[in-house]
Parts: sequence; structure tokens; C-alpha cells
Amino acid sequence: MSTHSPVTQSSCPALEAFVARAAGQGATLLENGLPTRRVEAWRYTSLRPIADTAWQAADVLSPEVVSALLARLALPETGARAVYGNGGFLHEHSSLPESFSPDAQSLSPLNGIFSATLNAALGEKGLDIRVPVGEDAGLLTLVSVSGGQNVSTHLQHRIVLEDGATLTLYDVNVGDGRYITNPRFDIVVGKNATLRHVKVQRESLSATHLAIISADVAEKGEYDSFTLNYGANLARHEAVVTLGAPHAMAHVNGVQIIDGQRLNDLTSMIHHAAPDGSSRQTVKTVLSDAGQGVFQGKILVDRVAQKTDGYQMNQALLLSEQAQINSKPELEIYADDVKCSHGATVGALDDEQLFYLRSRGIPETEAREILVRAFLIDALDLVADEVLRELLLRSMTS
Amino acid sequence: MPAVTETRETVEKLAKSSYEWGFETDIEMDIAPKGLSEETVRLISERKGEPQWMLEWRLKAFRAWLQMEEPGWAHIHHPPIDYQDAHYFAQPKKKPGPKSLDEVDPELLKTYAKLGIPLHEQALLAGVEGAEEQRLPVAVDAVFDSVSVATTFRKTLAEAGVIFCPISDAIREYPELVRKYLGTVVPIVDNFFAALNSAVFTDGSFVYIPEGVRCPMELSTYFRINARNTGQFERTLIIAEDRATVSYLEGCTAPQRDENQLHAAVVELIAMEDASIKYSTVQNWYPGDDEGRGGIYNFVTKRGICRGARSKISWTQVETGSAITWKYPSCVLAGEGSVGEFYSVAVTNNHQQADTGTKMIHLAPNTRSTIIAKTISAGHSDSTYRGLVRMQPKARNARNFTQCDSLLIGDQCGAHTVPYIESRNMTARVEHEATTSKISEDQLFYCRSRGLSEEDAVGLIVNGFCREVLKELPMEFAVEAQKLLQISLEGSVG
Repeated sequence: MSTHSPVTQSSCPALEAFVARAAGQGATLLENGLPTRRVEAWRYTSLRPIADTAWQAADVLSPEVVSALLARLALPETGARAVYGNGGFLHEHSSLPESFSPDAQSLSPLNGIFSATLNAALGEKGLDIRVPVGEDAGLLTLVSVSGGQNVSTHLQHRIVLEDGATLTLYDVNVGDGRYITNPRFDIVVGKNATLRHVKVQRESLSATHLAIISADVAEKGEYDSFTLNYGANLARHEAVVTLGAPHAMAHVNGVQIIDGQRLNDLTSMIHHAAPDGSSRQTVKTVLSDAGQGVFQGKILVDRVAQKTDGYQMNQALLLSEQAQINSKPELEIYADDVKCSHGATVGALDDEQLFYLRSRGIPETEAREILVRAFLIDALDLVADEVLRELLLRSMTS
Repeated sequence: MPAVTETRETVEKLAKSSYEWGFETDIEMDIAPKGLSEETVRLISERKGEPQWMLEWRLKAFRAWLQMEEPGWAHIHHPPIDYQDAHYFAQPKKKPGPKSLDEVDPELLKTYAKLGIPLHEQALLAGVEGAEEQRLPVAVDAVFDSVSVATTFRKTLAEAGVIFCPISDAIREYPELVRKYLGTVVPIVDNFFAALNSAVFTDGSFVYIPEGVRCPMELSTYFRINARNTGQFERTLIIAEDRATVSYLEGCTAPQRDENQLHAAVVELIAMEDASIKYSTVQNWYPGDDEGRGGIYNFVTKRGICRGARSKISWTQVETGSAITWKYPSCVLAGEGSVGEFYSVAVTNNHQQADTGTKMIHLAPNTRSTIIAKTISAGHSDSTYRGLVRMQPKARNARNFTQCDSLLIGDQCGAHTVPYIESRNMTARVEHEATTSKISEDQLFYCRSRGLSEEDAVGLIVNGFCREVLKELPMEFAVEAQKLLQISLEGSVG
């Protein structure tokens, strides 16, 4: 395997602006530059669209803009809520329990992952959550709204679930304008704890979204995630989940809906570092127009991680002549007593299925919609929370 | 779990079993000094009596190679290779132009005898004249180190209009054909090892099947590395004209030695309209000792192009040898309705490393490809399947099916699957599935309860695991391949 470290790119306005904004140590983090497509981890996703802009720190969003953006959203009515506008915490729109702080400490860069490096260099304080032993903290809705021209934000969130704790995080990303959002989540799931992380990425169609999630899961803990990638001009959702103790579990599911000239990318690494772990991944991508989809999913099983049960399925549906999918499901396995498999399919709508529906009198457009929805529903059904599933479905069809 | 423990023990036992075919022939050699420079390239070209255009072609490749970097993306680890610390030309000394096998160095013939190659016509025909046709014989173009020493059956092939000869002869005798096709499938700047090969290749085979001809026999070449510190750089070029059919077999064994040997072959296949090329390989080079010392480094570029409509290229490989295998036999499907196939069994043991797979590039409508890759890892070895399936915008209704299965024996080995799937046509359909597991306790128990020994049971299961690939091999090879599998996993496979 090639290294994931970025290679130096000849000076570009974006890099120069980032280095200028990053103080001292932050600047040294960026010394390798932006990764080019010659770097294996970025072979399908080019950062060219952001390279020529000198991205500046974002201004505070006006209350009107925030309200307008929030008004677009259908949010859960119950639970705690944290709202960030252009990287700043908005008290007036938030309602957090006292134990949750909106100001996380700065986070370390994850070795060699560009989105994490950039976030570490320019980090802004995000949510700091610690759910105490055995407590069910219910639902927390985190809304990140962004706006402006040629600005970037780099929120750092830290979420710790102590042993036996439970939390459902609904993570919504929207905005207007041409900006970069680069959120980082540093997640620790304790023994027997469960974090459900449901994310909606519906950024502005001119925006770039580079999210990086790292989750460490302890014994019998569970990190259960679902991501909807349905926005931004360029988006990469990257998750690194480490199952570091026996019987830990991970779900890294997702749906990507890509149209126009957009590129959406879902990249994940599930690292089985202890015995008896299990992981499940279902990712579905629907592409139309000249959309480009990327899926890179790696399952790494260490020598000690015997009895690992890993399963990964990724499917892409191409609805137009110009659409393009690049998929790289990867298994790297060093333990012998494991059960790991992956499957991948790429293709168009099935003519026979279409014919069946048409022969029942369903018009072609509607028949296509039914089949596309049926294709996506497999993945969506993996979201356990009914309220969130309903909200996701609304996001997907609006 | 005693079964598992036993399996491990038997695999460990295997690690201690020595390489059965490791021996060295004492034979007079004509060796060029160590090192690689333009002078070396000129020397090779001169010794081969090549025309000027060939020398220039080599020099162009050499200069390109100097600008290139060794690829680092494969899942393999080895100490840096010193390209100056090897001989690039070694030729058994021989009397000028042996006309018959009687003139061939008897030591050489003994070597072949040990390998069991039916080279000697008396051995093959048992003294019966005219038995050629009845026995569906195999034509052997044996490569002993860098020079083809003897070619059999040339007459029969010539009658059919088939050209089958060492590539150095072809360069002299059919320059227009070689010049037209050489480097068209694997360009000299394709990759580091292909460029190196283009600069210094010393021998290999050339096959030309004219329009409408079905090659009357299986063609085969046995490669064998013999001289100490000589890298081998074979170059094979196979052309099947419209409606021509050929099946080519390649098999390898090498004697045991201490230092790593570099091997960087290039194979190019060209299939015209309705033509069919089947290329089968059994690779059993010295894998190194239990500690992984001394095995062959095998960096191969194999690629075929289906130029004509409805043409077909099929790669079948059984890879059991070499310390390092870096090999991706590929198909470029440029003709409408053309077919590409890849069937592979890769077995690694001890400290062997294999990074192998295929590329199926679909350029034309209605093209189809099938990939079946079986990987077995034991000992401290690492085995990687790395494959690319690409559907280009014009590949309407193209199809691919890929299946990769890995079997792990022991807890110190690794098996990896790295498929790349790229589709730019909505009507193209790609299916990929992969599994990784160990030998199932249930299956073992079932076989044991029927009275099979542990070894026989494992053997049966492994053979079943590889069956889809082994059945693609020509009869002559299937037997050898099964034997190789058994030797490679000796003990655990019985």
C-alpha cells in the first residue's frame, strides 16, 4: 500500500492562505501541501476546485441569514440542540444541558489524513460532550450553518460516551455561498456504550465539505453511523473507526445522491484491532447528470483480531450517460479465523423491473422514482431511530 | 481445536520441507560483466546480431527507464534492488548453431530431464515416427537462461503457417512483423519494469498465427533461471490474426540459491477479429528459504489487447513460487463484443509475498470480462489481489463479473483484496464479490468423519477451493498445477 501522506504541490493560493492563517505549529502541519490525485487516498477526488482560492476566516453570520437557513430545515422537535454559524456557537438558537460545553479543546491531527491535518491547523472550538456512566442522553441535534464567499470553517467536536452511556447525534450541515466546511469529530465510545450518529450533508452547491470522523470503540461498545451525502460541489465524508477492544461493533452506512457536476465521496476505514469485533457497511450511491461518485471503504483486521465478522456492500446506480462512479472496497486481513466479505455492483436501472411496473400502468417517470427509492431504502432502513429516518427521507426527496 | 493446531503444525512442517527442484547445473556460461549502462544495452544488441532499429528501440527504453522510479504502491516489502549488481546477459556457450539435439550440451539436457520437460523428441515420441499428430503433442521452446537452445516441432508448425521461434530469431527473420507489433500493447514507458525489460530483454518467444489458422498444438515455453546473479528479462509477443486460435503454456522452475534474483518479463498478446488466445502459466520459481531468503523477485507486465470484434483473450495462472510476485495480466477490450478472462490461483507460504491481479479495460460495446481469483496464504506470507475494472464511456452493455476468495491457513499470514471499480457508462454492469475465511471446521469434520486423514481432507478442500481456476488449465498443465499446489502446501494439504 502506498502511504497516505500528502505530496507537496507547487504553491497554490489555498495553501498559502491556510498557512498564513495557521499559527506557528499549525503552519508546520501543512508543510506537505494539498494532496494531489497521485496520492492513493485522493486518486478519485481532486482538490483542484479549492486550490486556486485564498480561503479566509469566515465572518459572523447575520441573524437574518441564520434564521433563513434554519427555516429551510426540518429538525427534530425534542432533545438538546447546538447551532453553529460559520464556526461560531449561536446561543440564541441552542439549548444545551449544562454538562455539554460548546467549546472543545483543540484536537490532534490524525496521522496523514489531509482533512484532519487541515482541521488541526485551523481548528475552531466546537462541541465538547461527555455523557456520564450509564446515562442515556437522548437526542442531540447539531446544526452547522455556513455562508459567505471564499471562507472556510474548521470546527472541532469531541464526544465522549462513558461506560454504558447512550447518545443519538443528529448532525446537519447546510449553507449558502461558496465556502469550505471542514468539521472534525473526535469520538470515544466506552464499554457497552452506544453512539448513533446520523448525518445530513446538504451544503450549498458551490461549497466544499471535508468531514473527518475518528471513533474509538471500547468493549461491547457500538458506533452506529449513517451519512447522507446530498449536497456541496465537492464533498468527502471520511470516517476512521477503531474497534480497540473485544466485541466492539461499527456500522458505517450511507447514501449518496449526486447530480449536476458534483462530486461526493464517502471514504471509510474500519480497523479491527481486537478479537470478536463486528462491522457492517452498506453504502448506496445514485448518480445522474454528470455527477461523480466515490466510495473507498477499507476493512483492516489486525493479527490479534480473531473471530472478526466484517461485511461491506456498496452499490451504485447510474441514471445518465455522463455519470461516473469510482469504487474501491478494500480488505486487508492479517487474522485467519475471520469472516470477512464485500460485494459491489454498478449498473443502471433494471429494464425488466421497469417493464413490470409499466405493465401495471405506472408511468415511466414514476416507475423510475419507485425503483430509485427502493434501491436507497435498503440503506435508509438501517437507521434505527424512526423520527430521524423520516427526516432523512424528507431530506432525500426534497 | 486440535484440527487447527494440527493444520498449523503441518504448515510449519512444510516450511521446513526443501525446494524439491532446487539444483544448479554446472555449465559453461558466456556472461556479460555486472552492471547496467548504455554499453550493456549495446552489448546485448550486438551479441544478438540485432538490426539498428532494434538497438535504437532498446536505447530509447533505457533512457526512459533512467527517468523512471520503481513503483512503491504494491503491498510488498523488500530491500532496495541494486540494478548495477547483476549480470544482464548470460548465454550458455555452445558450438555455433546446433542443428540437432545431439549437439546440445548434455548437462543441459539433464537439467530438462530433471524438470520433466518432454524436450527430447525420442522421449516424447518413444521412437515412433509420425506420433506427433496422434498424441496432440506440446511444442516446447525451452529457454535456458537467456537463450533459447532448441525448438521442437518447428516443421509441423511451419506447415500450418504458424511462426513459433525465439524472439531474437524473429527480430532477424521477421523484422517487419516484430517492428509492427512490439511495444504496441505494453509501451516501453508503460512502467519501470517494462522499460527495464525493453532495454535489456535477451530472449523470449514470438508466436504468429495467420488468418484462419487454429494452431495445431499447445505451445509452451519453460523458463528457467540458472546462472548465479543473472536477471532474466523475457519478452513474449503473440499475434493471432483474424479467426486464428492459439493456446500458449508457460511454466517455470528455478534452482535454489542464496541471493535474490530479479525477473522482469513482458508479455504482449494481440487478438484480431474472432481470434482467440489462451495464455496459461504455472509459476514455481524458488520462493526463498523458511526465512524468506534468496527467492526470486518476479516483476512481470502481461497485457493483451482484443483489437478485433468478438476476439477473446484468456489468462490462467497458478502462482506458487517466487519470494515476490508483482503481476497483473490484463486485457484491453477494444473490439466490439470481445471477451477477457482472468483465472488465478496464488499460493503463498513462509515469507512469500504476492501482489497480483488483473485489469479489465472495457473500451467497446458489448464487451465481457470474468475475473476469478483464488488466494491461499500460509506461514508468514502476504497475498494481495489487486484488480481494476474500468468501463469507458463507449462500453455500452459491457459486463464484468469478479469473484475473489481468500483462504488463510495459520495466524501469521495476511490476505488482502484491493479492487478498483470505475464505471463511466450507465448501461455497463459490474459485479464484484470477495470473501476471506479459513478452512471451515465443519468441512474438515465432515471429511474426517468419512475416514479421510487430516491431510487428505485439507487437500480436498483446497482443491475444491481452486477448482474453478484449475479446470481452465489445459490438460497438460492441470496435472502439474495440482502437483504444485500439493508441494506448496505440503503437509497441510497432503
